[in-house]
Amino acid sequence: MPELVLTKNVGKKDSHTLGIYEQGGGYQALKKALLEMKPEDVIKEVDKSGLRGRGGAGFPAGKKWSFIPKEAPKPKYLTVNADEGEPGTFKDRVIMENDPHMLVEGSIITSYAIGIYQAYIYVRGEYTRSISRLEDAINEAYARGYLGKNILDTGYYLDMAVHPGAGAYICGEETALLESLEGKKGQPRMKPPFPAIVGLFQGPTVINNVETIACVPHIIKNGGEWFNNLGAPGVGGGIKLFPVSGHVKKPGVYELPVGTPLREIIYNYAGGVRGDKKVKAVIPGGSSAPVLKVEEIDVKMDFNSLAAIGSMMGSGAIIVMDEDTDLVKTLRILIKFYAHESCGKCTPCREGTGWMAKIITRIEKGQGESSDLDALLDIANGIRGRTLCPMGDAAAMPVQSFVTKFRGEFEDYIKRG
Amino acid sequence: MSKGLEFSKKTKERLQAIVAKYPEKGAALLPTLWLAQREFSAITPEVEEYVAGLLGLSLVRVHEALSFYTMYTPQPLGKYHIQLCTNISCSLLGAEELLAYLKKRLNIEAGETTPDKKFTLSTVECLGYCGTAPVMRLNETFYENLTENGIDQILRKLP
Ligand SMILES: Cc1cc2nc3c(=O)[nH]c(=O)nc-3n(C[C@H](O)[C@H](O)[C@H](O)COP(=O)(O)O)c2cc1C
Ligand code: FES
Repeated sequence: MPELVLTKNVGKKDSHTLGIYEQGGGYQALKKALLEMKPEDVIKEVDKSGLRGRGGAGFPAGKKWSFIPKEAPKPKYLTVNADEGEPGTFKDRVIMENDPHMLVEGSIITSYAIGIYQAYIYVRGEYTRSISRLEDAINEAYARGYLGKNILDTGYYLDMAVHPGAGAYICGEETALLESLEGKKGQPRMKPPFPAIVGLFQGPTVINNVETIACVPHIIKNGGEWFNNLGAPGVGGGIKLFPVSGHVKKPGVYELPVGTPLREIIYNYAGGVRGDKKVKAVIPGGSSAPVLKVEEIDVKMDFNSLAAIGSMMGSGAIIVMDEDTDLVKTLRILIKFYAHESCGKCTPCREGTGWMAKIITRIEKGQGESSDLDALLDIANGIRGRTLCPMGDAAAMPVQSFVTKFRGEFEDYIKRG
Repeated sequence: MSKGLEFSKKTKERLQAIVAKYPEKGAALLPTLWLAQREFSAITPEVEEYVAGLLGLSLVRVHEALSFYTMYTPQPLGKYHIQLCTNISCSLLGAEELLAYLKKRLNIEAGETTPDKKFTLSTVECLGYCGTAPVMRLNETFYENLTENGIDQILRKLP
């Protein structure tokens, strides 16, 4: 097993404190970046690393940063997305609780690279421990001169603050997050303008996931090429956290090369299926990612391989369902989630998720009609691609994939009545 | 504003520190509502008015946020607020059965408070503890790998 990068301190005593973090080489990357590298060199290094966003869309991090204009009439901002609301996902919490300084250090280096002087970390309201650990870490970093004025005597300055959310999945969507940070209800904004040009408080804004930013100190310390090579041979792109849940013997967060086969994660790391049952279905990238049949689990867990079979890496959250799983009930739970969390701004998502919830509930109760499955697909097709933000797609994809790939099971449910 | 509704001195200091973190006062709304909820245990219309005044926001802007976010409560909840996750990973491992058990044990439906005001039962979406499902949050403490027996033990120990 290769050496752990992001989770090497998990479980160590007081791993969240500055002392322990520095003992393990913490803040050396910050010193290297600020004292030895120009901002554009930092971006170049991250570009070389092949690091793609870990929040869902997989956008190359270095490229995203290079979209930020050098000169802007308004201040620029970094906002770290710690809303972690995608069902099945519990990886960012592991970083924030065990190694908050890794995120703080990554945020400082990122801000330096882009010429940002104010950073916010938007943490979902339920994560009270993450919030307090980050607040403590930020205070420690200020006291040590890693934040605030004249960092490491370079003249560079940066302020950082934690912003608590208050319960709304949609606030994980980057523009809804900005609205929420501004103290408004979290409804997504129309794009363009993109946040890189007009974002938080109208200023150019970079939004990155916690795990994305946590990779940055390691990339700076060891080089972009080193990180890229940590990915599976022929795939690259570094390591990734895979939260595994559902019917496995050993659920948990596994740090593995990008491109590790899904089957290997389920059987070699997560211990296989409870009761040694067979796998029926696996969601490979958080609840929004199209479900896979057991015949598809040899897929490599990387953005391109998953896209090639019509699914997606998303947050990397793997949800395993055994042969006895009731997929009608499971899809009902997912649809109801999206119906509950739809922010109400776009009609197809707001109305469509409600209609789908009604139909799936009816099917589950044995009152389904033979036309219901086509109705579900029809509504899902009507939502997909027709909303301001990708939440509509997120709600449509599970429906499309469950009903298409497991149509027989849904039909049986309806026939049985 | 109703009489006597005012943050403690300590909370006022915290509020000042929070407001200072943002270039616009309004951005402090969510953290301020958190302070208010902790201090007054619910965001009643009077609290809304107080918060609006503190941040110089219109009442409608405060109310809009309040009705959008699920974690603020307009009425005081029971002494213990049980939030059971019923999303996918928890349900795969029996969350819906645990919900039935909690309802029976507390003799209330989800969304209700016991007559003695001791317990409020809610169902919530994924809490980010899917690896140790099923999970519930009791006030600010998370209980993982939950079972019926486990629930009995947790509830029995509560003062
Ligand atoms: C409905 C919805 C919810 C999302 N939730 C999250 C989230 O909880 N955390 C996150 O990092 N990204 C989330 N995203 C993705 C963000 O919009 C954005 O792409 C991401 O934060 C960018 O960071 P990255 O490039 O580092 O991945 C969500 C997107 C949508 C459409
Ligand atoms: S599904 Fe229950 S915590 Fe994630």
